[in-house]
Amino acid sequence: MSDTGRRGIVLAVLVLVSAALIAFYVVRLMSGPTPFQPAVANAAGRPTVSLTLQTVAAVGPSLSPNPSWVSYLIREQGVWHRTTVWTLPAHALVHVTVYQYDGNSGLRNPFLSQARGIVGGTFTVDGKAMSRIAPDDASHTFAIPQLGVIVPLQGVADDAKNQCDYAPCSLSNAHRTITFTFRTGKKGKYRWQCFVPCAAGFVYGFGGPMQTIGYMDGFINVV
Amino acid sequence: MSSEPAPAARDRRHTVRIALLTAIATLIALPLVIWVLGPNMPPGKGTDVANSQVFDNTVLLVVMTPFTMFILVYLAYTLTVFRADEGERLEGAPIRGHVRLQIAWLAATTIAVLFLAIFGTAELYANGSGGGQGPSPITKPGGALPVQVIAQQWEFTYRYPTYGGVETAQLEIPVDRQIAFHVTSLDAIHSFWAYQLGVKADANPSVDNVAYAKARKTGTFDIRCAELCGLWHGYMFDTGRVVTGGQFASWIAQQQTRFREVTKELPPYSTTYNPDPTDRAG
Repeated sequence: MSDTGRRGIVLAVLVLVSAALIAFYVVRLMSGPTPFQPAVANAAGRPTVSLTLQTVAAVGPSLSPNPSWVSYLIREQGVWHRTTVWTLPAHALVHVTVYQYDGNSGLRNPFLSQARGIVGGTFTVDGKAMSRIAPDDASHTFAIPQLGVIVPLQGVADDAKNQCDYAPCSLSNAHRTITFTFRTGKKGKYRWQCFVPCAAGFVYGFGGPMQTIGYMDGFINVV
Repeated sequence: MSSEPAPAARDRRHTVRIALLTAIATLIALPLVIWVLGPNMPPGKGTDVANSQVFDNTVLLVVMTPFTMFILVYLAYTLTVFRADEGERLEGAPIRGHVRLQIAWLAATTIAVLFLAIFGTAELYANGSGGGQGPSPITKPGGALPVQVIAQQWEFTYRYPTYGGVETAQLEIPVDRQIAFHVTSLDAIHSFWAYQLGVKADANPSVDNVAYAKARKTGTFDIRCAELCGLWHGYMFDTGRVVTGGQFASWIAQQQTRFREVTKELPPYSTTYNPDPTDRAG
């Protein structure tokens, strides 16, 4: 084979390998983590779903290679998963229960201590209806800015007994139970996040788990 | 004896042709630039500031049009006239400097650059396209309604100091009224970009970055963060509204009622904030 032919083959192989690597990267980027898809019920002709979440100060070694990171978890068929990408139906009522096991961090912007965008304008903390909490009592928030939804999550007291060290935490650990309902609206891809600077050990508390999908941030695919 | 003109005469002929073609192309392009493309230049004419930016962009286009036409004509002329015949393998004529041509080119570009420098400086100092903006505004329009833009990872919120310091998640401003945007940040470096208003101001922690704009018509405008600020930078967008004075008065009264309790929790209005906690407490 001539030199030109050999060069042509090498070039073609290099182009193919490069294209395959780019395609692999794009497919991986587009697919992302497998979304959690809760069961959908129908109530008065409107789709209704229930989400059960827990927020933990440290996600633990069984659920993450970063055991000390703060995280949201979601319950699926009785098992807690670290999945923050969810698929929900459009124009649905979403009933959310959060078991909140983490202590207070406080909000950088006190304005975010008032709930917005939820059905009835109120949420419950251990059964008590509220529309806001003291900004310094916030441990986390559940917020979907594009839908105008924000709910501050009150932390457990510093001196509470039997606090949870590592997730998944159980209901016997000190916790708050927070419930609220929001509507998903039209189809689209919405991000959700925590607004409390809760990432321990990171500058301004906004690194690590606050910048990584799968911990304190995620997507809601409304379909 | 050959009928070919001497090289000098041939060069002059090419020069005259290129100059004529450039002049014709410029005469055709300039009205299109001024009356068709110019008025549609970004960011539109939503505010006095935006209108001024459209004017500046149009002037830049007008200045660059003859140069662009010259380059395009020269390229087309060269490809057409100096194209080698098929199979022709001739070495081109040696390239030598042409003093008059070089001086003409340098003079034209120097004049253009100097004009743009003077024009740009004058526009920067004028009240509109850039004057009166920044941490220490040169000009301060009287009677401006102050609206504070607070950036945080990853959302803008807005505070109205003349309405009890109420903070909102939506931005609404009245039409035909000068607005003084006071832009700051609670954490990382962001940038408040209200596209149709022609306002783009960095949001830096501990800095009060001021930008003025006066909306000319009601409607909506896009708000985006224009500074890479972390995971959700691409999702840090919002839609603002320009409304009539009456609608604004009604809306701000509603916000004051809705956020009355949480307003009591806010720190006193300040041009900048340095909130605790700076790190996680728990």
